[in-house]
Amino acid sequence: MFVLVVGGGKVGYYLTRELIENGHEVVLMEKDRARADQIADEIGSVVMPHDGCEGKYLADAGANRADIVAAVTGDDEDNLVICQMARHHFDVGRTIARVNNPKNERLFKHLGVDEIISPTRMILGSIEQDIPVHELLHLAALGEGELELIEAHLQAGSPAVGRATKDLDIPEGCSLFALIRAGVAAPLRPDTVLREGDKVIAIGKTECEALLHGQLIGEAEAVDAG
Amino acid sequence: MKTVIVGCGRVGATLAELFDRAGHEVIIIDVATRAFDRLPPSFSGSAIRGDGTDEDTLRRAGAEEADVFLALTEGDNRNVMAAQVAVEALRARRIIAKINDPLRAAAYADLGLATLCRTTLMTDAVAAYLGLTGSGLPGILAPSGTHDGGEHHEPEAPAGVAGGAVGVREG
Repeated sequence: MFVLVVGGGKVGYYLTRELIENGHEVVLMEKDRARADQIADEIGSVVMPHDGCEGKYLADAGANRADIVAAVTGDDEDNLVICQMARHHFDVGRTIARVNNPKNERLFKHLGVDEIISPTRMILGSIEQDIPVHELLHLAALGEGELELIEAHLQAGSPAVGRATKDLDIPEGCSLFALIRAGVAAPLRPDTVLREGDKVIAIGKTECEALLHGQLIGEAEAVDAG
Repeated sequence: MKTVIVGCGRVGATLAELFDRAGHEVIIIDVATRAFDRLPPSFSGSAIRGDGTDEDTLRRAGAEEADVFLALTEGDNRNVMAAQVAVEALRARRIIAKINDPLRAAAYADLGLATLCRTTLMTDAVAAYLGLTGSGLPGILAPSGTHDGGEHHEPEAPAGVAGGAVGVREG
């Protein structure tokens, strides 16, 4: 398989090396001359010291017969253009782009890039798995900082699920006042029966938080068991 | 007429002044606040610091549904990306992207963006002045591709991303 790699940073460098080791034909394009020379010293003549965004150099690198173009530079706009030029101007069958800003993922997909690799998103996903989701979310501090606006996302293990608001043991100085169900906000009435997936908006004194947590999210042990 | 200009260089600033003087609403965006020094004191539009390829930044700047959207930064690819965000997400109507690489300029004209190529413009100006034969290409390539600057949007496209896409492949 002939793979054209654009961008000779860490990703492009190791990618090129691995591909060569696996027996593929590879050309690596890196526009920084010094960096290109440095890589060429190590892995040989597969390095082209030119800008892979320029149509002329893409043609020189053999883009028209590439099976895959992998755009892995550190700049999203460059990666987008490389993939679009490869697809539309050189008829490359498969394009892969590294996307640094996760907000660009949807645009790139929509503009026809076949595969999006987002290191930021991957690391973010990994971090978020470690953060407990069974927590109260602090939306804002009110008054002199004595009151907190809090959101509770009711999960399956919550003791509040299946119960009416008036049956909950809500600490004094605390008020549950709004419900968000399936994205629709509504006032929370005493006889509203809470469901899994509901979001409850509460306002209360900072010191009530532990009690509120117990009522809406569950005790710490219960969460672990669930 | 709402005009959005990304990149407050000489061309961007001059065009901003021109549109402003003609009484149009002008929003000019640049990553460097200093770039706005190029605007005249009389400029009455809004000058906003930010990344013109970022959809959220453009929205916050009020760039949605611009009548004219000009991507004029010094980076060809930044212009390409800003222009495509304008077409796909912001429903801008007439869009021009400055692309100084003639090959890329032609390729994106094929994909439906109007492109402005300084290389071709200057080459032809010099050639004409000296009586040589120029490239024969227009300085601004009109879009010849699948859509003409975002006027054909399909309502069923996903939220925030309009249809009639540049270079969308089926499946």
